[in-house]
Amino acid sequence: MFSHRHLLGIEHLSPSDITAILDLADTYVDRTRSPDKHGTALAGLTQINMFFENSTRTQSSFELAGKRLGADVMNMAMQTSSVKKGETLIDTAMTLNAMHPDILVVRHPSSGAVNLLAEKVNCAVLNAGDGRHEHPTQALLDALTIRRRKGRLHRLTVAICGDIAHSRVARSNIILLGKMENRVRIVGPATLIPSGMDRLGVEVEHDMKAGLADADVVMMLRLQKERMSGAFIPSEREYYHRFGLDAAKLKAAKPDAIVMHPGPMNRGVEIDGTLADDINVSVIQEQVEMGVAVRMAAMDLLARNLKEARA
Amino acid sequence: MSDLLIENVRLIDPDAGTETHGAVRIADGRIAAVGAKPDPATDARRIDGRGLCLAPGIIDIGVKIGEPGDRHKESFRTAGRAAAAGGVTTMVIRPDTSPAIDSPEALEFLDRRAREAAPVNVLRMAALTRARAGKQMAEYGFLLDAGAVAFTDADRPVADTKVLQRCMSYAAGLGALIIGHPQEPILSDGACMTSGPFAAKLGLPAVSPMAERIQLERDLALVEMTGVRYHADQITCAAALPALARARAAGLPVTAGASIHHLTLNEFDVGDYRTFFKVKPPLRAEEDRLAVVEALAAGEIDIISSMHTPQDEESKRLPFEEAASGAVGLETLLPAALQLVHAGHLDLPALFRALALNPAKLLGLDAGRLAEGAPADLILFDPDKPFLLDRATLRSKSKNTPYDLRRMQGRVILSIVGGDIIFGEAA
Repeated sequence: MFSHRHLLGIEHLSPSDITAILDLADTYVDRTRSPDKHGTALAGLTQINMFFENSTRTQSSFELAGKRLGADVMNMAMQTSSVKKGETLIDTAMTLNAMHPDILVVRHPSSGAVNLLAEKVNCAVLNAGDGRHEHPTQALLDALTIRRRKGRLHRLTVAICGDIAHSRVARSNIILLGKMENRVRIVGPATLIPSGMDRLGVEVEHDMKAGLADADVVMMLRLQKERMSGAFIPSEREYYHRFGLDAAKLKAAKPDAIVMHPGPMNRGVEIDGTLADDINVSVIQEQVEMGVAVRMAAMDLLARNLKEARA
Repeated sequence: MSDLLIENVRLIDPDAGTETHGAVRIADGRIAAVGAKPDPATDARRIDGRGLCLAPGIIDIGVKIGEPGDRHKESFRTAGRAAAAGGVTTMVIRPDTSPAIDSPEALEFLDRRAREAAPVNVLRMAALTRARAGKQMAEYGFLLDAGAVAFTDADRPVADTKVLQRCMSYAAGLGALIIGHPQEPILSDGACMTSGPFAAKLGLPAVSPMAERIQLERDLALVEMTGVRYHADQITCAAALPALARARAAGLPVTAGASIHHLTLNEFDVGDYRTFFKVKPPLRAEEDRLAVVEALAAGEIDIISSMHTPQDEESKRLPFEEAASGAVGLETLLPAALQLVHAGHLDLPALFRALALNPAKLLGLDAGRLAEGAPADLILFDPDKPFLLDRATLRSKSKNTPYDLRRMQGRVILSIVGGDIIFGEAA
């Protein structure tokens, strides 16, 4: 049974927790495809989205998920708030806490910042991405997409390709796929793979053909240009040539392999535009849809625990 | 000042490498006699040491005090009290204050404040370059005249090799001691963990321990060129040890230190982003910690220091990357170091070589010894007494210790500076 107070990372979840979230999310997929999208799981609850880092898709996905379940949703653009006036993260958290929110959805550019905040408030905290650490709902929506497409979430070969070093999406996916007993390969230039990854139970490859061999799932990552403090790669065109996914490189994977991307995409940098739009292999749009369902499920489960704790 | 006779103690003699039962007689601020039965002066005040350990007081090289600039974090008074309670009888203080200590006038200010407020000896280091900016050398001649015992830019190593070469040449001509912080600054920039699977998992920017070896190799090559006396403040990893051994084998005037934190903690202690474990350089892998402990036991590392760095709550209660680095250590140095004794890595005389005798030799002091005529800077301590550390009880103004709530062993009973009891029941 899912018994957590917060969702801070995949690290703290058991395989049965993951399955519980995905099972519930499946029902929300059906709900959101029906004309009557409204639920009441979060009715009367207040959800605050605190994004200390810009995000359009994740924030709107959380907003929509909350609204579909009946929560009062407030978005706080933290970049223009009192944080700019020198308020510390803990003080901001305490201030918001005093307004009695029930669910805080937090994104922050520093690894561990959401954990720190969760210690100081007495509501449920959802990590919507902290630094390079974790982005649990992204990994869960990827897992849901894979499970629906492949019929299972175990004993699959998954290649995660690109900028692993700066990616919280990669970390959460590596942990989740490992917990569910899949074979995980990370593929990218050595400058974008942190040292010691091989000791975290994944295979490391620096060549796309070897990395994609017999893969069931190919997960591309955004080349996070804004995060690059130095030159990690010689040029975008060399990167695309060696590590960009196109139909030729995809041939190394299984014939029924699916292609994923957390978005937003850099077409022609990490992925060929035509391939990204090919509905026979690309599940990128489906990932967006699963995102809303997974976030509904995660907030629903946290709200149940919250109500139980307060009862 | 009346004579003092401390009887019935285990005499920890780091010079002779022995532990014997006996007594010490103190007269005129110095050790008048030491041994099994030092001739008892008739009017001496007697203290029964109850069979506990008597050793030379700790000489701690690299203590940061918040004066000037950060008195809210630590003052001479609070640091002095912490030192006295921790068995540190001489603090050798760092120049990385704001502003940095790079002028004789600033050294005079420190001297005055230390005399006013600190019950222990205070020796002062000065900046290696003006404002620690790594561009122009400081006035080593004037600074030596004003009492500087060493020159260091603390945790900001001089990046420009030509500047450092000239600093070293000039300092060598004056016989001055330079203390380096061997961390390649560009590789280390922004890093707050040691690279490896744990840092990768936490998603924190990390640096390879190789950054330490690279900078140490550079510094040692410059020592070979210039002949300057050089001490590496903190050696923390196995990769740096062969370079150190080669320099010693070549007869270069080189010594090395290690901080108590790197000797007793490893990267995993950071756990769930615990900022009290954020230090510079970052805590290392367990294999590195053990390699450095072994080097200490073998005498390849000369000195243990606390690297006492007070930080207030506000600068630590932040996300890990944004939080300030450093940990207080004056009061926990001895009990933490005794862990190495209890774990069987060192005996007590060897420990006090690293805590007292070797620092004294490096700075040309006659303290750090249990010898007739040496200054009576002594500590009486119980090496086994267990306790649970509560950071609220620390005398430092800042309480940022990584040992909070840890079970430790070893407590100072008396601290004596220049023959005066400055800490303990009889104080």
